[in-house]
Amino acid sequence: MPETVLTQPAETATATAPVVAAVDIRKQFGAFEAVRGVSFEVRRGECFGFLGPNGAGKSSLMRMVSSVSPATSGTMSIFGLDPRTSGSQIRARMGVVPQTDNLDQELTVEENLLIYGRYFDLSRAECRRRAKDLLDFVQLGDRAQSRVEPLSGGMKRRLTIARSLMSKPELLLLDEPTTGLDPQARHVLWDRLYRLKEQGVTLVLTTHYMDEAEQLCDRLVVVDRGQIVAEGSPAQLIREHATREVLEIRVAASVVAGIESALSSLGLRTEVLPDRVLLYSNNGEQTLKDVHELGITTLSSLVRRSSLEDVFLRLTGRTLND
Amino acid sequence: MSTGLLRIAPHIPLRVRRSTRLVERSIMVYRRTWMIIVSGFFEPLFYLLSIRIGFGALIGDVEVDGTLVDYAQFVAPALMASAAMNGAVYDSTMNIFHKLRNAKLYDTVLSTPLGPTEVALGEIAWALIRGLIYSTAFLVCLVALGMTSSWWVVLTIPACALIGLAFSSFGMAITTYMRGWNDFEFIPAATLPMFLFSATFYPLSSYGSYAWVVELSPLYHGVALIRALSLGEVEWSMVGHVVVLGVVSVIGMRIASRRLATLLMT
Repeated sequence: MPETVLTQPAETATATAPVVAAVDIRKQFGAFEAVRGVSFEVRRGECFGFLGPNGAGKSSLMRMVSSVSPATSGTMSIFGLDPRTSGSQIRARMGVVPQTDNLDQELTVEENLLIYGRYFDLSRAECRRRAKDLLDFVQLGDRAQSRVEPLSGGMKRRLTIARSLMSKPELLLLDEPTTGLDPQARHVLWDRLYRLKEQGVTLVLTTHYMDEAEQLCDRLVVVDRGQIVAEGSPAQLIREHATREVLEIRVAASVVAGIESALSSLGLRTEVLPDRVLLYSNNGEQTLKDVHELGITTLSSLVRRSSLEDVFLRLTGRTLND
Repeated sequence: MSTGLLRIAPHIPLRVRRSTRLVERSIMVYRRTWMIIVSGFFEPLFYLLSIRIGFGALIGDVEVDGTLVDYAQFVAPALMASAAMNGAVYDSTMNIFHKLRNAKLYDTVLSTPLGPTEVALGEIAWALIRGLIYSTAFLVCLVALGMTSSWWVVLTIPACALIGLAFSSFGMAITTYMRGWNDFEFIPAATLPMFLFSATFYPLSSYGSYAWVVELSPLYHGVALIRALSLGEVEWSMVGHVVVLGVVSVIGMRIASRRLATLLMT
């Protein structure tokens, strides 16, 4: 009875407060500063993303949120608790999907889930019940007794996600959930993550895939060199930092050198990349005509909608793929 | 005072309960590979048979504190202590290093409510349980081969557990400093001289003025403890051996859990 009295006010407090609140977080590894003054908030029930290239500091941020890595400076609050003093209580309410699947190779698929549930103090019967449901949820029900080692990359990833859900977390952290998976496996995963969000789980993920961020995230921050360079919903970011359409053209190598000045008369923002030239325009077809009128021969051309990649290029001057 | 205790008290059982989760995991793993544990039963048997057949016949009696003791009876307890050391060292170095660096097991465990101290306690507890199985097997062989002369010998089981605790705590602490598999070459460099020079094969008096060097070896204190219990020569000075092994255990455990925190929670 006293327990319900104690938890009641906490529940109402967290319903309005952000799940994660970080203010001016820094993380130093020796002389290298991986995270350089980052502030953000994650709201209950949303999917929040960190988009950035490799080495941007995304994983360092995730480790700090997962309360296994103390920030060098700044304040962080998760569920209204301080990770430096309440790490264990915070982790009890959180699920973590690390970048590389660190499944227990000495155990079977099902045992991986059972023991993980036991780490969270669940009863054996409850562990068995949840493991069965979750294996069905991630479509691994028929592999329960299999060893982990022979599973495909996509299956391992799904098992890691199932494992992170054993404790019925309020907050799920996913570090590059679909890196290295084939397109089909990615779509299965996205579908599962989408369902979790529908069930009210707050998701925080890192990715360097634009399409993933656009598909899953309600809100995201673009991280570059340890700092946040933009923040908003995918549509908002595209609206603010890119045009409606992008014209991509390929030209002969001999033309590339002078192309930037040749195109300058169009008055559009252009990006000359090693393999193609991007023109930011609100009417791609018209721009292509304009380019041809300038006497530039294109080897191939493509008009497409702007994506987060364009936003990233705009903000950092670099492509994400390198 | 009482409120302070109340605040701390609920955490103690929780921490202990949490550290047993890693023991549970080990049981899950060894449920399938129980033959490995069974194979451990043969080790003491071979050891004891070899000294019984060989040394026992070649070497006569040895004098320990004025009384003559059959050589096989003199060496057997020392082998029991050494086996406890070797088992604990193996478990806490190779096995822990693999889980720490290769399998990344503890990274997973630390994404749950468990912390580095619970990891250290849980793994040491498992090493002790395994050790308990082996020392019981050893004791059974000792009694079966008629190599004991006192009921005190029953206490060699907790004594072996203490040796196991000391060496697995310390082994785990050292493992956290290992950079790669190559560093494991140093382990026999420490355990072999201990095995040979901890009054294992001849009494402490044979070392003459170098006896103090022997007393620096934690294994010596284990050997002395087990030998006294096995021969039934129990005296107050044995408390000193218990204290030495206890201190090594506490220091080792402290270092191990602190180092695990620095390695895993950066």
